[in-house]
Amino acid sequence: MSKMLTTDHGADKSVVDLLRFLLDTEKVSGVLTLRKTNTSGSLDYGLLTRSQELDRAVPLMPVMPANAAQSLSLITPTQKPIAVVVKPCELRGFVERIKREQGSLDNVLTLSPTCGGVIPLDTYIKKSKDNLTKDYYKQVKAGEIPESIRPTCKACEYFVPMTADITVSVVGEQNLDSKCRFILNSDKAVSMTEGFGSVENGDLDAKILDDHLKKREKEKKALFESIKFKQDGLDGMIDVFGKCIGCHGCSRVCPICYCLLCDFESRNFDQNVSLFEKELEQKGALRLPPDTLFFHLGRMSHMSFSCVGCGQCTDVCPADIPVASVFKKIGENTAALFDYVPGKDVNEDIPVLVFKEEEFKELGE
Amino acid sequence: MDKPNQNEFKPKIVGFLCNWCTYAAADLAGSSKMEIDSALTVIRVMCSSRVDPNLILTIYFNGADGILIAGCHPGDCHYGKGNYFTRRRYAQMKQVFETLNLDPGRLQLSWISAAEGNRYAEVVNAFTEKITALGPNPINQSSLF
Ligand code: SF4
Ligand code: SF4
Ligand code: FES
Repeated sequence: MSKMLTTDHGADKSVVDLLRFLLDTEKVSGVLTLRKTNTSGSLDYGLLTRSQELDRAVPLMPVMPANAAQSLSLITPTQKPIAVVVKPCELRGFVERIKREQGSLDNVLTLSPTCGGVIPLDTYIKKSKDNLTKDYYKQVKAGEIPESIRPTCKACEYFVPMTADITVSVVGEQNLDSKCRFILNSDKAVSMTEGFGSVENGDLDAKILDDHLKKREKEKKALFESIKFKQDGLDGMIDVFGKCIGCHGCSRVCPICYCLLCDFESRNFDQNVSLFEKELEQKGALRLPPDTLFFHLGRMSHMSFSCVGCGQCTDVCPADIPVASVFKKIGENTAALFDYVPGKDVNEDIPVLVFKEEEFKELGE
Repeated sequence: MDKPNQNEFKPKIVGFLCNWCTYAAADLAGSSKMEIDSALTVIRVMCSSRVDPNLILTIYFNGADGILIAGCHPGDCHYGKGNYFTRRRYAQMKQVFETLNLDPGRLQLSWISAAEGNRYAEVVNAFTEKITALGPNPINQSSLF
């Protein structure tokens, strides 16, 4: 049985209270949280070191202006302890980055909610925020999948954080506005929260989460069926990626794509006239910008087993390509080859850095 | 042998051969005057693990009909463990091709030691036959790709 801390305030306020407590008691010297940047509701992530800065904080807001895994790489390793509130997939993304030596969890207290999903940035920016979040929370409290969230969030089966020190119970919490339950998963969580409230034995409600999981699994099946490229090969690829403008935005925002100089932006992919001529001679036409399909296949072949299905790539795509849905599907298949679940265990190596002698005997004809 | 037919499809195949084993096997097959299909263009690499997925994709998008990656038998890599990593990366790449239905049969991984000149000729000839039956890489047929 885990330790549980319950407060008599709504979840949003309780998390801010806890962050304030951690700052005021100097248990941490900074907190990373979502915050409002203006009154109309735009958001960013902020690393806050003064407790009055927390007046802007909205740690549980179901929006992802950036995948926080990238920001965590900027502020870790840290000598001074910090607390961070991130979504489960952002935490998993960060774990994948740590395996690539892009940060550290030392001195970091991680808080993460059972996640109801994230509203696409575009929707959040264009629609009335009050109605959006009101409808969202109505469905989350009832353990339903909110209408408004990203397609990959609807299909995400990892909405319970895997490695958080503290889990904030959100999904299926009927009394989300009047009380909040923190599950303390680590000794660090217990010692850091000491003095904040009374602790008893308790855990997440397995039945509620299990019912919710079944709904997500159903959505996942439908999502994968909606992408029909399996039957079509290259034609299917063109159906999905044909409108790609080659901006590489999807890889820039990806928590996994950490390379400072991506091969696809390097001199290796400088085009020169002699290559064009060969293709023109052969096919009588040339697609410009070139190499867009190549880019996606290359990314899949390099990092798909680590894709956490966060949906950030779809969110930023100016051409409205369901990049994340495709990568989630591909990633599930490539990760399965190695019995790998991205973001599950920070001590597990990424699959291409290890091997077993006795595996894949069937390969090598 | 029949007279070669002008319209018959003659595939272009690229082989990444490990310097220490398969490349030597190719030499041996050649100096033993074995019959090896001429469809294969050889690229010598210092270890099969040198073959990054982007190299395979470069060849694929340039229109090769088949791509062979060949190195030392598992356990015999000149550098100890390189080919175990080759195998994992190849497994991943093949899975991507399978999921997207991109003719995964155009890719092949083979283990051929320096002493296996015979086996080299067999593997190359069999792969060429297989690719000939598969037909041309559709990449070559449309400027949309
Ligand atoms: S963000 Fe969209 S348009 Fe830009 S490279 Fe990625 S898929 Fe192509
Ligand atoms: S590929 Fe897309 S969905 Fe997967 S981790 Fe990267 S940004 Fe997230
Ligand atoms: S040296 Fe031949 S596979 Fe590594």
